[in-house]
Amino acid sequence: MAATDPALPADRMSVPRREHRIPGEAGTWVFIFGDLTVFAFMFGVFLYYRGQDPAVFEAARAQMVQGYGVVNTLVLLTSSLLVVAGVRAVRGGARAIGERLFLAATGCGLLFASVKYFEYHDKLSHGFKPATNDFWMYYFTFTGVHLFHVIIGIGMLIGLSRLARRGTLDVRATALLEGGACFWHMVDLLWIVLFALFYLAR
Amino acid sequence: MSLQKLVPARVALVWLVLVGATLASWQLGTGHGIFSGDDPRAATVAVILVAFVKGRLVGLHFMELRDAPIALRSIFEGYVAIVSTVLVALYLR
Repeated sequence: MAATDPALPADRMSVPRREHRIPGEAGTWVFIFGDLTVFAFMFGVFLYYRGQDPAVFEAARAQMVQGYGVVNTLVLLTSSLLVVAGVRAVRGGARAIGERLFLAATGCGLLFASVKYFEYHDKLSHGFKPATNDFWMYYFTFTGVHLFHVIIGIGMLIGLSRLARRGTLDVRATALLEGGACFWHMVDLLWIVLFALFYLAR
Repeated sequence: MSLQKLVPARVALVWLVLVGATLASWQLGTGHGIFSGDDPRAATVAVILVAFVKGRLVGLHFMELRDAPIALRSIFEGYVAIVSTVLVALYLR
């Protein structure tokens, strides 16, 4: 956190345009960019091997049900909007509203995981397993790693709902609030790219 | 607290654009609707670029990186530019 950054007054709604500040704290961003970099390599690996065997990858992709991916994208986008509103509510002192918004976002996270469960079940019951070919191996591995992030994120969102209930937020609590929110937005961002690569790239 | 304060017009607009882009990519990716009969390679390049434009919107408006110090914002913008370029190059190779 920047040295000039004071504790945020409870009634502060948003950051003035000119005042640059780090959301969360520096450590949050080291972690987020580390994670983004790992996923960037995963995206690259997928497209590299897709290029080696496009026919097999395209035949497998044609078995994907886009509806699952679209619904889950919309669920995560909505959860992100709820988290933005939740952060603003807590900053503005509307803690009860903030708590409810984070719990609603938690519900979206659980919905995402449920859809993923049905999708995995659907794929496995049709005989598409990680061992079937490279497409399915990457599909189960990469979306599985992402789902692990969703589950961690659900835990963080529950944590944020509890944080929202607390009294005035000090600098540390504000950093936790913004850092947790940014982690969830990262989960959303990563899914947007996974959706494009596994469901849509022909 | 008013809805306008919880979700300012800018944030609501970004969410609507993200939803619209998701539905448009869906059509692009499946080659249906207004994109039927298109070139799959051009459509896939568009799908990848749209995904990174969406990711950039999430970073700038939801993660509040538009208000972050220029160094942090630049790292993010650099990530989006480099990774999207490398992925399109890997796809077209």
